[in-house]
Amino acid sequence: MNNKIVYVDNNATTAVDPEVFEAMKPFLTQFYGNPSSIHYFGGQVAAHIAKGREQIASLLGAEPSEITFTSCGTESDSSAILSALNTCPTRRKIVTSKVEHPAVLNLCKQLRNKGYIVSEAPVDKLGRIDLNIIKELIDTDTALVSIMWANNETGNIYPVEKIAEIAHEKGAIFHTDAVQSVGKIPINLKNTQIDLLSISGHKLHAPKGIGILYVKKGMRFYPFMIGGHQENGRRAGTENVASIVAIGKAAELAGKHMAFENSEVKELRDYLESQILKKVKNSRVNGDIENRVPNTTNIAFDMIEGEAILLLLDKAGICASSGSACTTGSLEPSHVLRAMGVPYTSAHGSLRLSLSRYNTKEEMDYIIETLIPIIAKLRAISPYWKE
Amino acid sequence: MWNYTEKVMDHFLNPRNVGDIEKPDGEATVGNISCGDALKLSFKLDSNGKIAEVKFKTFGCGSAIASSSILTEMVKGKTLEDAEKITNKDIVDALGGLPEEKIHCSVMGMEALQAAIANYRGVEYVQDEDDHHGRVVCHCFGVTDSKIRKLAKDNNIKSVEGITNYCKAGGACGRCKNDIKEILDGIWKSEVNSEKSDSSSSMTFTQKVIKIQSVIDGEIRPMLERDGGNIEFIDLKGDIVVVKLKGRCAMCPSASVTLRNSVEGKLKEIVSPDLKVEELK
Repeated sequence: MNNKIVYVDNNATTAVDPEVFEAMKPFLTQFYGNPSSIHYFGGQVAAHIAKGREQIASLLGAEPSEITFTSCGTESDSSAILSALNTCPTRRKIVTSKVEHPAVLNLCKQLRNKGYIVSEAPVDKLGRIDLNIIKELIDTDTALVSIMWANNETGNIYPVEKIAEIAHEKGAIFHTDAVQSVGKIPINLKNTQIDLLSISGHKLHAPKGIGILYVKKGMRFYPFMIGGHQENGRRAGTENVASIVAIGKAAELAGKHMAFENSEVKELRDYLESQILKKVKNSRVNGDIENRVPNTTNIAFDMIEGEAILLLLDKAGICASSGSACTTGSLEPSHVLRAMGVPYTSAHGSLRLSLSRYNTKEEMDYIIETLIPIIAKLRAISPYWKE
Repeated sequence: MWNYTEKVMDHFLNPRNVGDIEKPDGEATVGNISCGDALKLSFKLDSNGKIAEVKFKTFGCGSAIASSSILTEMVKGKTLEDAEKITNKDIVDALGGLPEEKIHCSVMGMEALQAAIANYRGVEYVQDEDDHHGRVVCHCFGVTDSKIRKLAKDNNIKSVEGITNYCKAGGACGRCKNDIKEILDGIWKSEVNSEKSDSSSSMTFTQKVIKIQSVIDGEIRPMLERDGGNIEFIDLKGDIVVVKLKGRCAMCPSASVTLRNSVEGKLKEIVSPDLKVEELK
């Protein structure tokens, strides 16, 4: 298997599904017209955008009119948050969490400089958010509550449906970054009070450069991108037709594979995780084992550093990621692990393995047999490791 | 993804001289686990006083392991006098270069070597002679102002990012970035022209008061607040700054040290070297 790539970094990005690629191809070659054109050559494309919208709506349990196409998850987050604040100009508070993605956290940081009061809900050792704390943080001055549906590093699932209800009790708008949950767990927005929701295409086997913003029917919306009339005035800019077709197809496939994701993929993840925990001492899972998306595991190894693990895995053709400081050039380990109070002795040595429906049992065995000597080798070099 | 040289990858994948020496002549550990890297270096001398055996153990990323490994090759066979001349820059050069953000790995190598040699000589390892007067600037990584000054001068570093790349200071919470900038400004401006003291004596009384207030608000109070203390600027009588210490500082037995070192030091450094601080009791 030496020349093969074993890809277990699907929370970073995913492979485009071949069916998705086939679906989008004609819109890069043959049907390149602008859907806003008056001629048939361009205009015929609009029907395919409409189909994409329906496919997304069907995966989410939403209506097509509630779906807006954007360029990425970050654009969806920014659009949602800024629109919500524009909707309630008299309210000055934002409630979010310490474990959000930088797309939310850094925007909130900037809003803090503009005078908003931003509270970040803490998490416990398992990375869980206490609903009572959320209740205390939200008041009638809260404009927006933004809590992610699933965490990218640990895979933890947050009770966003309940948090949306709590937010509404105080008249606040609720947004969720669902980039890591859509396609991994069943979602039915019809039965929830979620107002705004962000999705990214490339985490779902569609290409990079396409995102979705769900805006609940009846919500006022202030566009982030200003210009033409596209997307019903919600997002100006000529439609990324090929990618819209792609994310539509990817959503349809995600629906089709949902049961597989929550059985086969989950079993593979559990197998991988339990074997590593069994065979490597002083290793443990970061996160809430009872309440995670089915594809993710985050394992901490005491007394070694994550970048070194990744480099050695990479040599063996295994693509993974880490919450270690050194992998990003920052000097502190991941904000998520720190918020969870993961001790420094293991936060630097954490490894995230995120699977997809393309992974196999054979690959899991290869990872296990490769990882064990890597951990042993690095521990032999570490001044802190004592047998 | 980091762009490591072949040499870095070679030393990372096949580290030389890993381990401990049972009865070493010199041994030291620098760094610590919370900072993300640490290096334990030990050596044994031969009868001619040359390094005969050297071993390392490193907790850290690829470039930290590579820096440690190549350092052991560089010092082997050298006398201590020659070995201690090795700088972090020599380590970087031997590796064929390191990414800017990883320079601190080579600094760790240099420090471990110097500390191990100091251990052999039976002296306490200090980064430079006035380090015990050093004030901790970066609390996240425990970096003193004297260390920042030395690094800046030795490596001609003029930016805060440069300092962060060399010793991590300012790389975590970022609260000390302004502090580092002022230290750098102090070094490089005073080199261009030593008008600093002139400019302070040419300040009007009001300008001086405003400047002192801003240093107290922006620099000194945040420092004291971290330990539960506080400070109020009461009056300026000639060159005597009258302040009132509050909170935990007011009850602190070492308040006079704080006053002398931190408060007066800071005001002397930034506003005027003639200033003295007095506490209103």
